[in-house]
Amino acid sequence: MDVILEIKNLNKHFDGIYVSKNIILKIFKGSLTAIIGPNGAGKTSLFNLISGYIEKDSGKIYFQGMDISDKKPENIASMGIVRAFQVANFFPDETVYDNVLVASISLFKKSTNFLADKYSFKNIREHTDMILKNLNLFEKRDLKASELSHGDQKILDIAMALTLSPKVLLLDEPTAGMSPDERKSMVKVIKELHKKFNLTTLFIEHDMDVVFGIAEIIRVMVRGEIIAEGTAEEIRNNPMVIESYLGKEV
Amino acid sequence: MNRLRELFPWSVIIIAFLLILFLPVSEHKVHLTTRILIFGLYAIAFNILFGMTGLLSLGSALFYGFGAYVTGMMTKSFGGDYFIYLLLFGAFSCFILAVPLGLLCLRLTDVYFTMLTFAFGQLAWGACIKLYYFTGGDDGIQGIPRMAILESTKSYYLFVFLVVFLSLIILWKISKSPFGQVLNGIRQNRNRITFLGLNVYKHQFLAFLISAFFTGLSGGLYSGLDGSIHPNMFFWTQSGSIILMVILGGINSFFGPLIGSIIFILLEDYIGKTTEYWPFFLGTIMLIIVILFPKGILGTISNFIKGFSSKREIGNGCHS
Ligand SMILES: Nc1ncnc2c1ncn2[C@@H]1O[C@H](COP(=O)(O)OP(=O)(O)OP(=O)(O)O)[C@@H](O)[C@H]1O
Ligand SMILES: [Mg+2]
Repeated sequence: MDVILEIKNLNKHFDGIYVSKNIILKIFKGSLTAIIGPNGAGKTSLFNLISGYIEKDSGKIYFQGMDISDKKPENIASMGIVRAFQVANFFPDETVYDNVLVASISLFKKSTNFLADKYSFKNIREHTDMILKNLNLFEKRDLKASELSHGDQKILDIAMALTLSPKVLLLDEPTAGMSPDERKSMVKVIKELHKKFNLTTLFIEHDMDVVFGIAEIIRVMVRGEIIAEGTAEEIRNNPMVIESYLGKEV
Repeated sequence: MNRLRELFPWSVIIIAFLLILFLPVSEHKVHLTTRILIFGLYAIAFNILFGMTGLLSLGSALFYGFGAYVTGMMTKSFGGDYFIYLLLFGAFSCFILAVPLGLLCLRLTDVYFTMLTFAFGQLAWGACIKLYYFTGGDDGIQGIPRMAILESTKSYYLFVFLVVFLSLIILWKISKSPFGQVLNGIRQNRNRITFLGLNVYKHQFLAFLISAFFTGLSGGLYSGLDGSIHPNMFFWTQSGSIILMVILGGINSFFGPLIGSIIFILLEDYIGKTTEYWPFFLGTIMLIIVILFPKGILGTISNFIKGFSSKREIGNGCHS
C-alpha cells in the first residue's frame, strides 16, 4: 500500500505545553483512520498543523512524497488535503447551494472569472448537484445555511470539503453535538463516501461507538503524543489506552 | 419570473432617470440628479469592497479625488475634445495607483486596514494642497472645459447617465459572477475561503482594483460637471459621506447605495438651503433613518417583500 501522508517528528507547543510531541504518522492511501483522545490532547492542533493553519516548531509533513511543511493553507487545500471543522464552518448568509458552489468554483478554478454568471457553468452545476445529492442536502439547497439544523450544518461543512475532490479528508469530530439519529446517518455517510471515492479519511471522534463502528485503524493521542495505534480490538484491549483514556468506559 | 424580477430595478432606473430629461425641471434639478448618479456610482463601487468583501475603507476619496484630478487637469491642458478618453485614463490611473496601495493596505486586516486607508487618503489630501504649483493647492482647479456636444447641462446629464448605467451593468455582472460569490464568502468567513483552497488576499486585491477604477471614473465625471475640482475631494469626510450613503441605502443590496445617494444628496440640498446648521440636521435625520431601517432602506424593504413571498419559493430553486 502507498503512503499518502507522512508526518515525521512533528513538534508544537503553546507556552511550554506540547500539543504535538514528536509525532510520527503514516497514513496509507484509501485508509479510514480514527484519532481519539481526551479533550485538549492536541487532535485539532494536529489537523491545524497538517492543513497549514498553525506553524510547527519542528518536523516535516510529506504529502505524496512532497514536503508540504511550509506551504500555505490554501495551497495545501488545493493540493488535495481538505478539512472539515469541529464547529461547522460555512457561509451563514448564503443558501446551501451557494455554499457548495463556492467550493465548486474553487475546484474548477473559476474564482477570478468576474463577468460570467456564477450559475452558467455546466460542469460546476453538475458537480455541485452531485455533492448535494450524495449528502442528502439537495432538497434543502435553497435554504439559508444559518437556518439549517446543527447536524445539517456539519454535513454542509463536510459537503464543501468533499466538493474539492480531496485526496485526503480530515474530519474533526463529524458527529459532535448531533442527535443519535443524525449520528447514525453521519456514520453511514462517512462509510459510503470512503467506499465510493476510495477516499483516504482521517477523523477525530469522541463517540466510541462511532469510532469502533467505522475505523480501520485507530490512533490514540494523549498530551500531544500518539500512545497507541491498532485495530478496534487492539485498542480496546490496550492497557495503556484503558488507563489514560477509555477508563471505565469499556 | 426571476428574469423579470432582475430586470425590474433596471427598468425603474432607466425610466426614472431618463424621464427627467423630458420634464420641465430647472437646471439646478438636473445638476442635482447628475450628482446623484455620480455619487451613486461611487457608492456602489465602494460597496464592492464594503458590502461584498467586508473591507471598510476610509480612503475611498483618494481614488475619487485622484480620478477627478487626473481627468480634470489633463482635460484642462489637452482640451475638452479629449474629455471622454481622459475620463477613462483617469479611471485607469486609479486602477494603477490601487496596485501598490492595495498590496500594502490589504496586508492588514479589519480596523488596521481601515486606518491605513484613512492615512493614505489624508496623505493624498495633504499632498494635493501642498503641491500648489501643480494642483492649485487650496484653490483647486477651475475652468475645465467640456466637449462641445456635452456643453448643456442636460447633454452632460445624459452622458453621465450612460457612463454610470454601463458601469452599473458591469458591477452588477461582477456581483453575480463566480468572483463575486467568492467576495461574498470572504466577507462572511474568510477562514473558510482559505480552506477551500482560495487565496483571500488575491481576491481582495482584485476587488480593490475594480473598486478603485470605478471610484476614479466617478471622480472624473465630477470634474466635468462644474469644470472645477478641489482638494476636499480627497478629504476623509468625502469617504465618510459615501459610507453614510451606503449604510442608508443598505449594504447588502446592489442598488442600496444608489438609493442612499438619492436620499443623501436630496437631504443635503434641501437642508443646506434652509439652514446653515445642515450638518446637524443631516446627522439627526440619518440617525433616525438608520434606527428605523437597520438594514438600510432598500435592505429593509426587500426583506419585507421576501418575508411576504418566501413561503411560495422554497423548493423551486433557480439553479437547476
Ligand atoms: N492557537 C492556540 N494558542 C494557544 N493554545 C492553543 C492554541 N490552539 C490550541 N491550544 C491549546 O492546545 C491544547 C490542545 O488543543 P486542541 O484543540 O488541539 O485539543 P483537542 O484534542 O482537539 O481537544 P478537543 O477534544 O476538546 O477538541 C489545548 O489545551 C488548547 O487550549
Ligand atoms: Mg478538537
